[in-house]
Amino acid sequence: MPILEVKDIEKRFGLLQVLQNISFSLEKGETIAIIGSSGSGKTTLLRCLNFLERPDKGRIIVNSEVIFDAADPSTQRENEVREKRLHFGLVFQNFNLFPQYTVLKNVTLALELLANKRPDYKQRKKAIQVEIQDRARALLSQVGLSDKLDYYPHMISGGQQQRVAIARALALEPDILCFDEPTSALDPELTGEVLKVIRELAERNTTMIIVTHEMDFARDVADRVIFMDEGVIVERGSPQEVFGNPKEERTRQFLTRYNQK
Amino acid sequence: MNDVSVIISRLTESFLLNCRLFALTLAFSLPLGLVIAFGSMSRFQPIRWLVRTFVWVIRGTPLMLQLIIIYYGPGLLSMAFSWPSGISGRFVAATVAFIINYACYFSEIFRGGIESIPQGQYEAGQVLGMTKMQIFFRIILLQVIKRIIPPVGNEVITLVKDTALARIISNKEIIMMAGEYTNKGLIWPLFATGIYFLVFVGVLTLLLGWVEKKLGYFRV
Repeated sequence: MPILEVKDIEKRFGLLQVLQNISFSLEKGETIAIIGSSGSGKTTLLRCLNFLERPDKGRIIVNSEVIFDAADPSTQRENEVREKRLHFGLVFQNFNLFPQYTVLKNVTLALELLANKRPDYKQRKKAIQVEIQDRARALLSQVGLSDKLDYYPHMISGGQQQRVAIARALALEPDILCFDEPTSALDPELTGEVLKVIRELAERNTTMIIVTHEMDFARDVADRVIFMDEGVIVERGSPQEVFGNPKEERTRQFLTRYNQK
Repeated sequence: MNDVSVIISRLTESFLLNCRLFALTLAFSLPLGLVIAFGSMSRFQPIRWLVRTFVWVIRGTPLMLQLIIIYYGPGLLSMAFSWPSGISGRFVAATVAFIINYACYFSEIFRGGIESIPQGQYEAGQVLGMTKMQIFFRIILLQVIKRIIPPVGNEVITLVKDTALARIISNKEIIMMAGEYTNKGLIWPLFATGIYFLVFVGVLTLLLGWVEKKLGYFRV
């Protein structure tokens, strides 16, 4: 049974059709890479999954529960959306760390705010806070930043900031972790450290959707690859199929252009 | 009567009115300005339109005129409402006029500050399951404050000196007090008032610099 089913998603911005007929599913522990040129709708798709955009049509199903149905406004209520979006985590292209908080606090903040609502919070306040701190420290050590806990975002490199952002997203234990071009804002020499962290997550069977321009990385890490162009899924398959033996002309053109660079 | 120490103590006493007006205006116009800022950014068009028109009127007319209208208006229009008679009525009316006027100026500074925060900060909060209130108060507000300290500082310093306008509805603030001596041919008290303002603004400038330094630990 798939952990995520996306059914027939459509999205328009005014007259511009950004997504059309998008359907795919994702198994637990699987990594999907979404590739395609700029403007192909990849990012909008991720934003739809994370409720940052509202699809005009279609359904999103997580663990057999319909968490979004464009035809059913009761799935779109603000309060419920806030809980349902926690099925997903999102790592942004521009990191979007909170500048006024330390690395550690960036990771703990959302956990602390959510813990406030736990029924046992008042009695176990101390213990819960210790738990949260420990979890954040463990995650930051997992991404190799144990020595930067008390630094502020502007004091560390872009690659380090992105690794903090990954730890921050992992802290809420999302079912599906989404990456929106996680290395596009980084200098080439910094992309490696971020890709390494994502690769380790894949080895731990984290369920992930990765929008990326790093073709070699996608080929290595992804279990399946989706190629998008002009708002539709043009081709999908294993990395061997899509990269090694693309069936569609548009995929071939795209990959040729990439290989020339 | 014209003893230097007596004059100075009377000047100081009247400067306390300037100080009270300053403190009350600041305490109320800052939060009110935030409310007005939200109004001027409202997604509901009639509210946005109403609030922006109000801000236009208040910023577009002299504070001196607003003081006169607020103080004398209710009586002249024979409204049911009237200010308490005497000194307290004049002071309350002046305070209300100042609060409304400064709230409008602050609201535009706040709006600019809030709109300058990148959308990504809101989105990062959203995907982490935060409420709108949490996003605003835990993530956005401090970044806005850091960005708007210099323009707010400008307004605050202007406010110190604007308090002298309260005399137009007979609040005996420091320049009005000094004027009484000028009428008697004694000019130095008027010059002395400048020192009061200079010192006050000097202290404020140091304070603003301190706040700016305090918020220097992060970058936006």
